[in-house]
Amino acid sequence: MDRTLSYMEAVREAADQEMERDPSVIVFGLDVDDPKAIQGTTRGLADKYGSDRVFGTPLSEDAMTGVAIGMALSGLRPIHVHIRMDFLMLAMNQLVNVAAKSRYMYGGQVCVPMVVRCMIGKSWGQGAQHSQGLYSFFMHVPGLKVVAPTTPFDAKGCLIQAIRDDNPVIYMEHRLLHFQKGPVPEELYSVAPGKARVTASGDDVTLVGISYMQVECQRAHYYLETVGIGAEVIDPIWLSPLDVDTIVESVKKTKRLCVVDNGWTTCGAGAEIIAQVTERLPDLNGLQVLRMGFAHVTCPTTPTLEDYFYPNARTIACAVHGMIRGQDDCWLPDEREDLKAIDFKGPF
Amino acid sequence: MPATDRFYRSLYRIRRVEEEIAGIYPTDKIKSPVHLSIGQEAVSVGVCEALAADDVVFGTYRSHALYLAKGGDLNAMIAELYGKATGCAGGKGGSMHLVDVFHGVLGTSAVVGTTIANAVGYAYGVKYKGTGQVVASFFGDGATDEGVFHESLNFAALKRLPIIFICENNRYAIHTHQTRRQAHPHVCEKAKAHGIPAERIEGNDPFAIYESVSEAARAIREGRGGPYLFECMTYRWKEHVGPGDDYHLGFRTREEAEPWIKSDWIPRVAEMLEPKVRRDIETEVEAEIRAAFEFAEASPFPEIPDLTTDVFKDL
Repeated sequence: MDRTLSYMEAVREAADQEMERDPSVIVFGLDVDDPKAIQGTTRGLADKYGSDRVFGTPLSEDAMTGVAIGMALSGLRPIHVHIRMDFLMLAMNQLVNVAAKSRYMYGGQVCVPMVVRCMIGKSWGQGAQHSQGLYSFFMHVPGLKVVAPTTPFDAKGCLIQAIRDDNPVIYMEHRLLHFQKGPVPEELYSVAPGKARVTASGDDVTLVGISYMQVECQRAHYYLETVGIGAEVIDPIWLSPLDVDTIVESVKKTKRLCVVDNGWTTCGAGAEIIAQVTERLPDLNGLQVLRMGFAHVTCPTTPTLEDYFYPNARTIACAVHGMIRGQDDCWLPDEREDLKAIDFKGPF
Repeated sequence: MPATDRFYRSLYRIRRVEEEIAGIYPTDKIKSPVHLSIGQEAVSVGVCEALAADDVVFGTYRSHALYLAKGGDLNAMIAELYGKATGCAGGKGGSMHLVDVFHGVLGTSAVVGTTIANAVGYAYGVKYKGTGQVVASFFGDGATDEGVFHESLNFAALKRLPIIFICENNRYAIHTHQTRRQAHPHVCEKAKAHGIPAERIEGNDPFAIYESVSEAARAIREGRGGPYLFECMTYRWKEHVGPGDDYHLGFRTREEAEPWIKSDWIPRVAEMLEPKVRRDIETEVEAEIRAAFEFAEASPFPEIPDLTTDVFKDL
């Protein structure tokens, strides 16, 4: 495990190694074969595997999603790439009405092994239609799997798992996570649904951070440490199916649960996680729960407003502090250089 | 030269299945909305007679004719309409989601236009793997209003895919005529705009459809062409959904329907046959249909644990 790769390189390597192993794996989407190669995540694949297996598509998210389903029905394993999750709104009919339902409504006669890769943007003016984390839409629908890996290790393992899965998988990458570096084994391995990861230990509160908010939760853990609060941080990795057991076990100990969503809180993944944990712990007296996420407005572009749109390590630490010590004892940590968020740097 | 007896068997079989469904519908034994194919049988029969057994079709919510013409299992279809465990989708799909993978009926959808893109994707897989199959995508004139129709045709043409688009143009999207939905109601021109050769086939003629589709399929198999589009003019005799007529609604007249009903191809093809050949076909088909309804009646409903199966395919 000595080798270090970026998240971006891990995604690229997973696709490359799976394509080498299995000729039925193909990659397509807007601009996957252009010079920028989807932030580098598809770099070199077109040269290596040819234009039948790696190709840029017309600007037809709806039909190309339907095409991916048809490919999957024919025995291929398509990976359909969207440089922003917002664009999936053009593909909802095919994803919800066909991909998710085909196996069930055709009585198990078919399966739809496809991966939909999509990116969530943040900062530097991404704005209303380049910033949305809309995964709760997909968690709502039976027949879809949803995964949001945070680390390079999980980015590779989850993509391999998603490609090999015989069902449609929505695979989300946060744009800022592409820059993260970490240990990534060279060999093929998979990170399967059913096991959330405890990324920091603590006894006072359970912090569940989804996608990029996992990074902010880990930073919040260090801020909270300075005031003697132990935050146990959990990365659910797979949102559907969700490993609620790991979260329940932690909450039994901490009796406090804060879920930090990379989306809006209303009807969000955090609401679902808190509901499932609460249902599982009917006898736990004094359970405190808290949802954090995007402000319930459209994402603004100007930094002075955008900074307040998102939770961050300090606001998470502050909210958790209030949860434990009471709102009267108001505390917001000073920003530490080593825990500063690395924002996307423009210009494009 | 097409085998007239095969055509007659297929046309007669579909018509009689639909009539039996319409007849039994008021008993409420069929617990699923049915969009009957009566009047439109010729398109499915003409196309499917031109296809090979391992070719693949995708259809719409009005696909009883397509399913049967392509060789879909009749027992499994009627059982599906009855909601029985022996149905083609185990009672989970109903009339609008008929499927028979073994016979190349890959899927039918209740959302207009959606299977066009799925058929195109399947055709990509066929070309990629070099299986030599041909894919036929069935849709109505209503689907040509949809964006996915244009997007799908563009991609199919761009990649020169082995697919034949079949527009079953009955002029109505439920109750709204094509001329009230399209400023330029010419489906072939829309296809040609995407670089796809297209032909309108008048008269609901199964033999003309067969000839044109056969030539297109041959060109595709020989690597000379594809995709193609055929706009097959046809007419829906029954209401949009259900077993009755809809002339009382006032959106169309009996006079409009009359020429289509008068030129019905089923008696015309019957007359091409020796009386004994015709009688034998009808006797066999009647027995088959009777057996299919008996099979559906006698079949069990799914068990409660079946509610939660088939959401995912396990690894």
